[in-house]
Amino acid sequence: MNFELTEERQMLQDTLRRFLADKYDVPTRNAILESESGMSAKIWSQLAELGIQGALFDEAQGGFGGAGFDIAVVFEELGRAGTVEPILETCIFGGGLIAALGNEAQKGLLESIIDGNTKIALAHSEPRSRYDLSRVETQYEDGKIKGHKSMAMGAPNADFVIISVRESGGNDDQNGISLFLVPASDLDMRTTAVMGGGMAADIYLDGLSVSDDKRLGPKGSAFLYLETVFAKAITAICAQTLGGMETATKLTIDYLQTRKQFGKPIGTFQALQHRLSDMLIELEQARSAVIGAAGYLDADTHLRDRYVSAAKNLVGRAARLIAEEAIQMHGGIAMTQEYELAHIAKRVVMADHMFGDTDHHLERFIALSAV
Amino acid sequence: MDLSYTDEESAFQSEVRNFLAEKLPKQMSEKVRLGGDLTKADMDEWHSILNDKGWLAQNWPKAFGGAEWDAVQRHIYEEEAALANAPRIVPFGLSMLAPVLQKFGSKEQCDHWLPRILSGEDWWCQGYSEPGAGSDLASLKTRAVREGDHYTVNGQKTWTTLGQHANMIFCLVRTDVDVKQQEGISFLLIDMDTPGIEVRPIVLLDGGAEVNEVWFTDVKVPVANLVGEENKGWTYAKYLLTHERTNIAGVGFSNAGLQAVKRIAKSELSAGKPLIENPHFAARIAQVEIDLMAMSLSNLRIVSQAAKGGAPGLEASMLKVKGSIIRQEINDLARRAVGPYALPFASEAIEGANEAPFGPEYAAPVAAEYFNNRKLSIFGGSNEVQRQIIAKTTLGAMR
Repeated sequence: MNFELTEERQMLQDTLRRFLADKYDVPTRNAILESESGMSAKIWSQLAELGIQGALFDEAQGGFGGAGFDIAVVFEELGRAGTVEPILETCIFGGGLIAALGNEAQKGLLESIIDGNTKIALAHSEPRSRYDLSRVETQYEDGKIKGHKSMAMGAPNADFVIISVRESGGNDDQNGISLFLVPASDLDMRTTAVMGGGMAADIYLDGLSVSDDKRLGPKGSAFLYLETVFAKAITAICAQTLGGMETATKLTIDYLQTRKQFGKPIGTFQALQHRLSDMLIELEQARSAVIGAAGYLDADTHLRDRYVSAAKNLVGRAARLIAEEAIQMHGGIAMTQEYELAHIAKRVVMADHMFGDTDHHLERFIALSAV
Repeated sequence: MDLSYTDEESAFQSEVRNFLAEKLPKQMSEKVRLGGDLTKADMDEWHSILNDKGWLAQNWPKAFGGAEWDAVQRHIYEEEAALANAPRIVPFGLSMLAPVLQKFGSKEQCDHWLPRILSGEDWWCQGYSEPGAGSDLASLKTRAVREGDHYTVNGQKTWTTLGQHANMIFCLVRTDVDVKQQEGISFLLIDMDTPGIEVRPIVLLDGGAEVNEVWFTDVKVPVANLVGEENKGWTYAKYLLTHERTNIAGVGFSNAGLQAVKRIAKSELSAGKPLIENPHFAARIAQVEIDLMAMSLSNLRIVSQAAKGGAPGLEASMLKVKGSIIRQEINDLARRAVGPYALPFASEAIEGANEAPFGPEYAAPVAAEYFNNRKLSIFGGSNEVQRQIIAKTTLGAMR
């Protein structure tokens, strides 16, 4: 048993934390949030120079990390600073699926992902799939894709999009799902900014011609690979939310110490002190949940999925509590878009709407417990 | 980071597991599993079995005859013991008094008292709380006045757990009334057979009689029974409170409790199907299990920090709050799981309490345990006191 970061990961954490504290301050972030692309190309390449993308891939894939705790360290820091660049979409989903399933030509993209020259998105969910991973109605027939993909995170800035399609079986079957890697410029998208930062798109596939050689991996057997990248993505977003909660808690502590009402710092009021304590307790619970998800990411899938779903459920609950309490204890100032907390609070709460919410993962945990 | 035990830790876990399988008497583990009350003879027997193995004084240095386990080993034992339904080790002499004697007591005191704790010759109880001094312990009033070679003690202690079995009590007493509260307290060892001591049982709401009031009227205590210096007792008590905080989260108890809830919910029927398949009940079990999984990891983080020599401060308070909430939630689930058969009341104070239980045997203790464990968020510094510690430590001085 050992709960200390390795020297390499400690360095990664320090480097990334320093860089973001320096280059991703609140005015910078607010400017990015208001920009048309909703991300900073400059930050993106600087992250690549620091080796952040590379830390999310193992050596065989051209990186120098890729394990659960690499993911946890990187995303906790990205979350702490409230970054909105599509690292998760590009590296965990895009890079993860290409590394696992790609042919030689497709795998060629990994190097340019790690170098910061390529961005990828995954278009998997559909208006009627909600959070069900195996529900895919989009069809691939006679070289054409027909269907509607919803809320594809990162797609508006992506160079390539991975699209899931059904090639056999019923709408909910695990078997029969395939993936295609297509240039984003081929796609008919409607884009939107996302509450809490980032960009997403609905993608309309009205018989889009896609040749067979664009298939990513073997025909009809993508589900297991989707499960694996979603386990990583959930770990990543839980770590990112943990980082955000740390910032929200720190801002609240600072505010309680300095804001005066009735002639004294509001932190001297017991009603607020006890609520702060509950925030801190849940923050530690969330930290342990992330450690659990990261630590069991490479375990057998049953154990992995129990810890992953437990983390998503717990972090979702903790995020709501901490965001709501942070806003409440700040009072009016937290209601303004400009103040630092606003973005963080939105980001940690809206993370619950990605890759399954607290209810979805509670049900999944129950199903896994019955086995 | 590595969440699994090292080879050495796993080997130790097997050793503990094998020992418990071999040496824990079946009638004793059955009693614990069914929530029955252990007699003094049961507890003495279990202590003696552990002592023969050298595992009774787990946290004592080897020099004093202890096992000198580190925090990880103690954690492994606690977890295995809870799963095996072993009686808990009575902590008063072993893990509450002994560390104070070892740190602040004289050589004579250590030589005299420590072996008697191991052999079971002395049964200690704790004289801290008073009717007017609960969470605000420093306001205690029991008075000790020095007269030559002895102190004369007058006052009252309360919530004295298992005091009915004890022949010795370690007490915080007031030796100076003219200074700041914390600076007038001393640490005294008192023989319960001394004239002027009276022990009265307090029957608790669950019907159990585990706690007592202890009254002192002109009780003469030899000055040799003062630990450390006069008026330094508060420092010693605070030191002791850090020792009281090992296993503060009660992870082992919660794991065993959760398994029991699942067993019960598998046998109980709801709408003709096992209760555990009822979506609402299953959701409540899953929710607390998820919280417990995270808290176990929090606990291990602190245990592993402690094994490396770190002292848990804030984290111990956080574990106390979360750990008690989780255990109480599990007690609530157990109570609900058994349905109407949670209702029969078997009080020790009511005659005929030892008759065969009403309903399934697992149903008998759950309601009593639920009420008894309301104490978890009250004793050892109530959860509100813990929240206060967490907030004040975090916020610091504010002006």
